[in-house]
Amino acid sequence: MSKIILAHGEGGKLTREFIEEIIFPLFRNEPLKTLTDSAVLGKIKDGKIAFTTDAYLVSPIFFEGGDIGSLSISGTINDLCMCGASPLAISFALIVEEGFEIENLKKILKSAAVTAKKAGAIIATGDTKVLPKGKGDGVFIATSGVGVITKGRNISDDFIEEGDKIIVSGDIGRHGATIAAFRHNLKGKKLSSDCAPLNAIVDALFESGIKPKALHDPTRGGVATLLNETAKRTKLGIEIYEEKIPISKEVSAVCEVLGLDPLYLPCEGRFVGFFKPKDAEKAMLILKNFKSCKNCSIIGQTTKIRNKMFPVLIKTKMGSVRPVDELSGIQLPRIC
Amino acid sequence: MGFLDSLDDPTASKNVIKEIVRLSSKLNKPFKIMEVCGTHTQTISRYGLRKLLPQNIVLISGPGCPVCVTASSYIEKAIALARKNYHITTFGDLMKVPSGTKSLEKEKAEGAQIDVVYSPLDALKIAKSSKSQIIFLAVGFETTIPAVCATIQKANEENIENFKILSAHKIIPPPLRILASDPELQIDGFICPGHVSVIIGSKVYNFLPSEFQKGCVVSGFTALDILTSIKILLEQKVNGKLGNINNYKRVVKENGNPFALELIEKFFEKEDAVWRGFGVIPKSGLKLKKEWEKFDGGLIDVNYDEPEDFKGCRCGDVLKGIIPPKDCPLMGKICTPSNPVGACMVSSEGSCAAYFKYERNSDV
Repeated sequence: MSKIILAHGEGGKLTREFIEEIIFPLFRNEPLKTLTDSAVLGKIKDGKIAFTTDAYLVSPIFFEGGDIGSLSISGTINDLCMCGASPLAISFALIVEEGFEIENLKKILKSAAVTAKKAGAIIATGDTKVLPKGKGDGVFIATSGVGVITKGRNISDDFIEEGDKIIVSGDIGRHGATIAAFRHNLKGKKLSSDCAPLNAIVDALFESGIKPKALHDPTRGGVATLLNETAKRTKLGIEIYEEKIPISKEVSAVCEVLGLDPLYLPCEGRFVGFFKPKDAEKAMLILKNFKSCKNCSIIGQTTKIRNKMFPVLIKTKMGSVRPVDELSGIQLPRIC
Repeated sequence: MGFLDSLDDPTASKNVIKEIVRLSSKLNKPFKIMEVCGTHTQTISRYGLRKLLPQNIVLISGPGCPVCVTASSYIEKAIALARKNYHITTFGDLMKVPSGTKSLEKEKAEGAQIDVVYSPLDALKIAKSSKSQIIFLAVGFETTIPAVCATIQKANEENIENFKILSAHKIIPPPLRILASDPELQIDGFICPGHVSVIIGSKVYNFLPSEFQKGCVVSGFTALDILTSIKILLEQKVNGKLGNINNYKRVVKENGNPFALELIEKFFEKEDAVWRGFGVIPKSGLKLKKEWEKFDGGLIDVNYDEPEDFKGCRCGDVLKGIIPPKDCPLMGKICTPSNPVGACMVSSEGSCAAYFKYERNSDV
């Protein structure tokens, strides 16, 4: 059989075979193997539990630099490690449209498995449902993730103070630009999504004794929306410098052609971190050990709030200052 | 410095600003420049150029946003067609454009078959795999029209019978004539659109200096492009030599793109068209020629209400440059990008959207 049929999601023989023959060899781990109603993870060492959930519907399902499988696992792990948590286990619910190629599904599952392994997490429980043809868009994935925040890794917006430095861990907008380019048939050799788990990078910071005050991943709404949300939560102002914001030539080119603003494009393998001024340069040195962070940059700092309605300001390359608003609605390509 | 960087070099821009300051000091009254294209408006807002320019340089946004100038009656007709079970395909920007209490977005949520496509060819693709009658909402200026022509050509070659367009295509020169001759506006110079000019060429604007004594310059879209274009207009004024300058030579040719122009000529003919804010402008719209009428969704007879624009909405005045977006009483209060009252707040090329996003707080 080369395609998914409704019976794959009915819980009978086909479902069992699908799990045993396709899922198990890829997701291999002890809690999953028991096939009980819940995965039992065992005792947790000292620390707090972090718990997150997310759903993934991306079109195209396969893109340069990843696919919906790696995206779902990276996204879940990143949500955990943005709270300082080390990822432990992930649940993986697969909703597939009838008629989807099993070979393509295998590719997705494999990239999910590889991403989880790289990040040291297990996919401990899951579910498969099949939607009738025409009722879905290929594959949807819903995940949850559990992680542990060990002592000393408590991070939160509550710690952010005036004068803290803001670092982005790499060039921004890659994921959003890659998806937009694909949808508009723009081809560029070097353009690929930044989709990747961030936990190793976060671990490296903590292991070097540099504690970020807060970390956030600029997914939907991009860096601009993230900064606005943080400013509102902390009741502080934020000032950033356009010339310090790392944007690759490829992303700039896509934005130029389609009329998009990179500050609002989603990233899937970057974080925005808030650091004590004395830690910021040290943090940059640690980050630069990672290939994906070679363009990391201190893009600005927190300030006293000047205007509650517009807490985030940008100094443009031209020297003017203007507010940076959060994303309102969706960014659409220009038609003129 | 790479090619892209050189087009957006802050040091070069700062030098041009100095030159603009020097030139503008020679003028004894405000110098009014209209940037016709919505993407120019976006650049001006995004780089805060207004704040960097001397006070006597007044930049006014023009009608160059295709979604903004599309009349409400067009949206009403599209909704009426959707309600008659036609399958509507459209660029995303049109989805949110309000007409009274209705919008395509709301109709879709009610169950109408309406899909966002990224190009007219995608709409044709839907037609090929569907039994429904597909209608593509063909809005846009000369930039977009050739792609629609190519799609109709393909539909014809492949005998696709369930594909039609609802044309609201418009051409840019006719409203420029109206704006140039408006005694109230008194515009000194025009920054002419870049993308449109790729198709129609730069020399079509010769009438601005020769008939109306207005300077004009075709411009690209970086901050540096726009600043140098402003400088050129000022030089013309100061030296008393008004002309039509192509400041976007890296892509715009004097005669435009003859292949694209031939395609437009093959499929479309001019007709009078309604522009939001302007009313009817003679010979400013395009409809399919009779020989292509089997693709003309405009010929389908449907009843729809004459829409009423929201009370207090000043989109029309914004599009004509009579008021800046900030002077609309609805701006940022009940009219926002997530809940737009007027079309200028919907599209990223709309001047109200650009103002809302980048310039709302002028005190910072």
